[in-house]
Amino acid sequence: MSKRKARDAHLPIGECITQVQQILRERFCERLLPDRPEGVEAQYKHLLELLRRTAIHGESNSVLIVGPRGAGKTMLLQCVLRDLQKEEKVQKNLLQVHLSGLLQTDDRTALKEITRQLHLENVVGDKVFGSFAENLAFLLEALKKGNRSSSCPVLFVLDEFDLFAHHKNQTLLYNLFDVSQSAQAPIAVVGVTCRLDVLELLEKRVKSRFSHRQIHLLSSLNFTQYLERVWTQLSLPDSFPDKKFAQEWNAGVKTLCEDKSVEEVLQRHFNSSKDFRSLHMLLMLCLSRVSVAKPTIKPADLLEASRMCFADATANMLHGLSILELCLVIAIKHLNDVYEGEPFNLQMVHNEFKKFLHRKSNSMYNFEQPVVMKAFEHLQQLELIRPVDGSSAKVQREYQLMRLTLDHSQIMDALQKYPQCPTDVKQWAMSAFG
Amino acid sequence: MKYFTRMKIRRVYEWSGRARSFNRRLKTHDYDSFAISVEGLSKIIINTGQHILIEGYDEDNPYVAKVTRLYGDENGQQMKAVVQWFMRVSELPVNKLKLLGREPHPQEIFYYECRNCDNEVNVESILRPVKVKHLDSNDPFPDSSDKDTLYVKLSWDSKVFGVVNSTVMESPAEPAPASSPPSCLKPSLPISPSCSQSAATPRGPSRRVLPTPDHAIMQKASLGEVGCSSVGTPANVEAESLHSATKLSASKCLSAKRRNATARTPGVRKRLELSSPDKSVTGEEVLSQLLNEELESKVTLTRRLPPSAAHPLPVTHSLTPLRKAHRPTGARCGVPSSVFLNKLSDSDSPLSPAKDDSTRATTVSQKKELKTIKEPVLSVLAEVENEKSPMVTETPRSSKRKSAMVVSSRIKKQLNLLENDQDLNSSGEEEDEFVPSKNDLLSSSEEEGQDEDGPNIDDQVSAKKFRYVATGSGNSRSKRKSYSSARTQRRTPAKKISPGTPKTPRHATPSIPIRSLQTQQPANILEEARARLHVSSVPESLPCREQEFQDIYSFVESKIIDNTGGCMYISGVPGTGKTATVHEVIRCLQHAADMDEIPSFHFIEINGMKMTDPHQAYVQILQKLTGQKATPDHAAVLLEKRFSNLAPRKETIVMLVDELDLLWTRKQNVMYNLFDWPTRRHARLVVLTIANTMDLPERIMINRVASRLGLTRMSFQPYSFKQLQEIIMSRLNKLKAFEEDALQLVSRKVAALSGDARRCLDICRRATEICEHSAADPSSTGLVGMSHVMEALNEMFSSAYITAIRCASTQEQLFLRAAIAEFRRLGLEEATFQQVFVQHQALCRIEGLRPIGVSEGLAVCQRLGACRLLLLEPSHLGVLQHIRLNVSQDDIFYALKAD
Repeated sequence: MSKRKARDAHLPIGECITQVQQILRERFCERLLPDRPEGVEAQYKHLLELLRRTAIHGESNSVLIVGPRGAGKTMLLQCVLRDLQKEEKVQKNLLQVHLSGLLQTDDRTALKEITRQLHLENVVGDKVFGSFAENLAFLLEALKKGNRSSSCPVLFVLDEFDLFAHHKNQTLLYNLFDVSQSAQAPIAVVGVTCRLDVLELLEKRVKSRFSHRQIHLLSSLNFTQYLERVWTQLSLPDSFPDKKFAQEWNAGVKTLCEDKSVEEVLQRHFNSSKDFRSLHMLLMLCLSRVSVAKPTIKPADLLEASRMCFADATANMLHGLSILELCLVIAIKHLNDVYEGEPFNLQMVHNEFKKFLHRKSNSMYNFEQPVVMKAFEHLQQLELIRPVDGSSAKVQREYQLMRLTLDHSQIMDALQKYPQCPTDVKQWAMSAFG
Repeated sequence: MKYFTRMKIRRVYEWSGRARSFNRRLKTHDYDSFAISVEGLSKIIINTGQHILIEGYDEDNPYVAKVTRLYGDENGQQMKAVVQWFMRVSELPVNKLKLLGREPHPQEIFYYECRNCDNEVNVESILRPVKVKHLDSNDPFPDSSDKDTLYVKLSWDSKVFGVVNSTVMESPAEPAPASSPPSCLKPSLPISPSCSQSAATPRGPSRRVLPTPDHAIMQKASLGEVGCSSVGTPANVEAESLHSATKLSASKCLSAKRRNATARTPGVRKRLELSSPDKSVTGEEVLSQLLNEELESKVTLTRRLPPSAAHPLPVTHSLTPLRKAHRPTGARCGVPSSVFLNKLSDSDSPLSPAKDDSTRATTVSQKKELKTIKEPVLSVLAEVENEKSPMVTETPRSSKRKSAMVVSSRIKKQLNLLENDQDLNSSGEEEDEFVPSKNDLLSSSEEEGQDEDGPNIDDQVSAKKFRYVATGSGNSRSKRKSYSSARTQRRTPAKKISPGTPKTPRHATPSIPIRSLQTQQPANILEEARARLHVSSVPESLPCREQEFQDIYSFVESKIIDNTGGCMYISGVPGTGKTATVHEVIRCLQHAADMDEIPSFHFIEINGMKMTDPHQAYVQILQKLTGQKATPDHAAVLLEKRFSNLAPRKETIVMLVDELDLLWTRKQNVMYNLFDWPTRRHARLVVLTIANTMDLPERIMINRVASRLGLTRMSFQPYSFKQLQEIIMSRLNKLKAFEEDALQLVSRKVAALSGDARRCLDICRRATEICEHSAADPSSTGLVGMSHVMEALNEMFSSAYITAIRCASTQEQLFLRAAIAEFRRLGLEEATFQQVFVQHQALCRIEGLRPIGVSEGLAVCQRLGACRLLLLEPSHLGVLQHIRLNVSQDDIFYALKAD
C-alpha cells in the first residue's frame, strides 16, 4: 500500500488543478500540435509526400491548401513540416520562407522578407539593401543560378494566399510559379487560403504556371465524431503525474459528455459551425471555471459558457442606453415599420418621439432639441445607426439621412431585459403603430 | 583625352606624303600616313601600324584600334582606314569576363579577332594616336600612373580569350602590305607571321580551346611551321603527303571535329571554355618559345625535351564518358599523330624529326612572307628574351615541358593503343585517384601536377585547378560551388545559353545555398516518368511546333545574316510553347554561330512579369548588354544613343520580350522605343515579342507603336489532343508508365478545356502519384491506368463548391437556402442580410431548430463569405450588408438534396 502511494505521488489538489489548466489551455490555444492530424490523413499524406519529394529529389512543386476558417489548414501544414524535419535527409536540406498576405501587403515587402529569410547576400544584419527592382532581379538571379541537383530546395509558405493575388500584376506569384516550372533552384510553393474560388483570382499566365494541385480540407464529420472530439480534447493524458486525479477527471468528462443538456448545447454549436476553433473557445470558458472548490466541469458550466458564446453583442449594448436614447431607438423602429426600412433623419425621429409624448401628455421626457440631438449623435457613435452613403456633410445634421443597424428582434429582446424600463415606453414599443 | 572629345574642336585631316600605291580596279590610293591638325595644336601624324582612338558610343572610352591600311579615293574626297580592333574591358560582355579568371586591369584591352565586324572606318572618326603596350600574359601590369597607355595581354574572339602573339602587337613600322588583296572589306588580320600562321590554323591561338588531342596537334603544327622556316631544311621527302594532312589537321579536320564534339556534348564546350585561359597560357608560351627557338640551335631543344618525354607518364586514355563520345573523331583526324608515332619508333629524339616533317605544311608562299618579316620578328625576340627574367623562368619552363609532354605523351598513348588495351583498367583507377588529390595539386610543385595531368588532362580537373588558382582568395563557398558545378554530370542545355547574367548589387553574388545531401535519383519507373513529365525538364526537341520553329528560325537567321533588324510578334494562350520555341530557336542559332555558319549574335531576354515597372525594361536591357547600371531614364538615354549612333562594329542583338502586354504604359514610350530601335539603320536589333492575345497590337497599342511592330505575326494555336499526346509520349521517351487509353483521356480532356501543355503534364504527374499510392506494394507499381487519371482529373478540374456546401454546418446550409428563398421572393439576385435573416428564422422554425440570434447569424454569413460561397459587402455594415450568391442556385439545391 505504501509502495503504491509512493509511486502515484498524490499531488495536492491545487497543484493538480494548475496542471490541468496548463495542459488543456495549451490544447485550446492551439499552441501544441496534435501528434497526428485527425480526419485529414489522406491530405496529410499527399502534402508530406509532395514536400518530401521537393526536399529529397529536388522536384519543384506548387500546391494550394484550401479550406474554411478553422478547418486546420495551418495545423496540417505545421504537422507535415514537423514530421519532415524529423527526417534526417530533409533536416538540413530544406530552407523555409514563411510569408503572410496580411503582413506582406505588397510585393516590395514580400521580396524583402524573402531575401531576409533566405539570408541572401544582399542582406546586412536585418536590413535588405537595394531598390525593389534590384531586389527582384537579385532574387530571380539567385534562383536561376541554382539547379535541381545541387542547390538547396526552398519552401515558400504563403499564408492568406488570396491576398497575394491582389498584388500588382501578381509579379511575385508569377515568378514563384515560373521558377517552380522551370529548371532552376527547386522550390515548393504552398499557398494556404480559405477562398474556394482562389484560382479564379489568378491571372491566366500565373494560373497556367500553377500546377493546379489543391488540397481541400472540408471536414465531413458528424455529431458523434464531434462529441468524441470534445471528449478527447477534455480528457487528460496518461502521463499526468497524479494518476488518481486524472482518472477522476476523465470520468467526470465522460459523464459530462453523456449529459443530455450538454449534448443539446453541443448540438447547437455543431449546427452553427463545425470548426474547432469555436469549440475551443467554448471549452476554454468552461475550463476557466474549474477551481479547487469545484475540481470538475459541470454541465451548468457548459450551459453558462454557451450562453456567453451566443450572447448578442449589439443587443447587450442597448442595455447601457439612457431612457431618451432608448426612446429614440423605439421611434426609429416605428419609422422603419411605417416606411419599410427607408432612411430617416433626426427631425423625423424627433417628431415621432413628440407624437408619443403628446399622447401620453406626460412632461417627464420633454427634452430640448439640443439634448435630443446629443442623444442621437451618441447612437451614431455607438454605430447603432449609420448615415446613408452618399449623404455628405453638406446637409445639416438634423436632416442627415440615417439607417438603423439593428434588427427589430434585437430591440425587443433588449427591452425585455432593460432594467426598470418604464411601462409606457415598453407598451409604446409593443404597439403596432406609434 | 577629354580635351579632344569634349570640346569638339574642329579637326582637319589630310594625307601626309604622297600616295604609296594606286589600285586601278578600285581606284584607290594607298597612303602611309595622314595628319590631323587641330587649331591651336601641332599636327599629329598617324602612320599605318600605329594605335589610334576612334570615336564611339562612350566619349570617355573611345574605341582602340590599330591602323593597318590607309587609303583614299581618287579625288581625295573620302579618307578611309582599315583597322584592327581592340576591345576595352567595358566593351566585353559581362558574362564572359569571368572567363578571364582575374580582375581585368582598367587599362587593359584585348586584341579583337572577330571576323564579322566591319573594320573599315572613316578617317574623320579617328581622334588621336594612343600608346599600346603588349604584355606577356604572366607579367603584372605596370603601376605607372600614365593613363594614356593601354596594355594588351590577351585576344578576344567573342567567345574565348586567347593569347596575343607579341609579333602582332609590336611591329609598328611594319610596311603596309603591298601584296595584300585590295578587297579591304574582307576583314583580315594584320599581315604578320601570325597571320600566315592563322591561315593554316584558322582560329589562331585563341582557338586552342579544344579537346586535348587537337591541342597537341595544333601545337605541333605551329611548332613545326616555325621550325621549318628557320631551319629550312626539307628533311623528309616522303613527308610531302603528310604535310597536307597536317594542314588538314590544323584547319578542316579540327573544325569538323569540333562540330562533332559540340553537336554531341554541349557540356564539353563549356568546361573547355572554363579551362581555356589556363591552356592558352601554355599556348602563348609555346609561341614565344618558338621565337626563341628560331635563334637557338635545334640541339638545345632536343636537349631540353627528352627528359620530360622520358617521364613516367600515366596511361592516357582514361576518358570520362563525355570524352569518349568524341573519341572516334579523334582517331579519324589522328593522321598527323600517327606520323609522329612512326617517327618516334624510328628515332629516339622525340620531337625534332616529327617537327620537321609535320611542318612541311607551311606553304611556300607563306615561307616567303616569313622571310620578309624576319627583321621585326628578330627585334621582338630581343624583348622576349629580356622579359624572361629569372623570376618568371619557372613557369615558362614548366609549361614548355608541359607542351612537350603533351606531345610525347600523346605519342605514347598512340603506342599504347596499338600495343595493348589492358591499360584501360589502370587508367580508370588513375582517374579515381586523381579526383580526390586535387587539393594536393595545388600545393605540390607544378611539375608534379603536370606529370599527372599528362596529355589527356581531365578537362574538369584543369578547369578546377584554374579556378583554384584564380580565386585563391575566394570564399569556400565559391570553391565548393565550382567543384560541384564541375561535378554535376547533367547539365541542361537551356542553361548553357542563358545569356547575359545581369550584374547584381556590388559585392553580393546571388545564390541559393548548396544542399548538403545529394538528390536521390528516381528509383522506379513511375518516379522516372514523373521527373520526365515535370514541366521544367527540358526536352531534346519540341514536338508539334516544327512549323513555328522553322518560321521563327528563318526570320531571325535572315536578319542576322543580313545585318538588319526587325520585329516579330508571337501570340498564343498560356502553355502553348511560345517561350520554349523561341529558346529552342536561339539555342539552334547559337549553335550555328558557334560553328561559324552564321555571324555570332548576342541574345538577351526580358520579361514584363519579371520587372517591377515597365521602365525597368531599359535598365535590364542596358544591364544585359553592357553590364552598366543606371536609372531607367538614364538607361533609356544610353540605349537610345547606342542604337541610333553610327556604330562601326557590332554584333546583331536578338532580344526576346516576354509578356509584352505588361510593358504597356500610358504614353507607350517603352513599347515605342522597343519597336523603333530595330528600324534604325545601324541598330542591328531583332526583337521577338511574346504576349497572349492575338490582337494585342490593335487593342492596346496606339497607331505609331503598332505600325512599328509591323505585320510579322505568328500565333500559336492551342495544342490539339493528338499533339498533347505526342508531347507526353516524346517526354516519356518510350518509358512504359502509362496505359495508352489513359494518355488519350488526359490529352482529350485538356485539349477540350485549354490546350495548355503544362496542365497536361501536371495531370499526368499527379496520376503517377495516385498510381503509386494506390498500389498495395510500393515496389511493384503497375502502369498508370484510367482510374488513376480519372482521379487526377477530378482533383484538378472539379470545383470544390459542391463538396464545400455538403460539408458546411447545418446553419450555414440553412442560410444558403434562406438566401435563395429571399432572392426568389424579391426576384433579384441580391438581398440585405436583414431580409435573408428573416427567411432564415422562418426556415429554422420549419426545420425544428432553435432560431439563432443576429450575431450568430452574422457569424454564419461571414464564414460563408470567407469561403466565397457568398459574396458580401465589407462587414462593418452589419445587418445592412448586401448578399449575393457566388454559386449557382442549382448547385446549392443539388448539393443539399443529395444529403
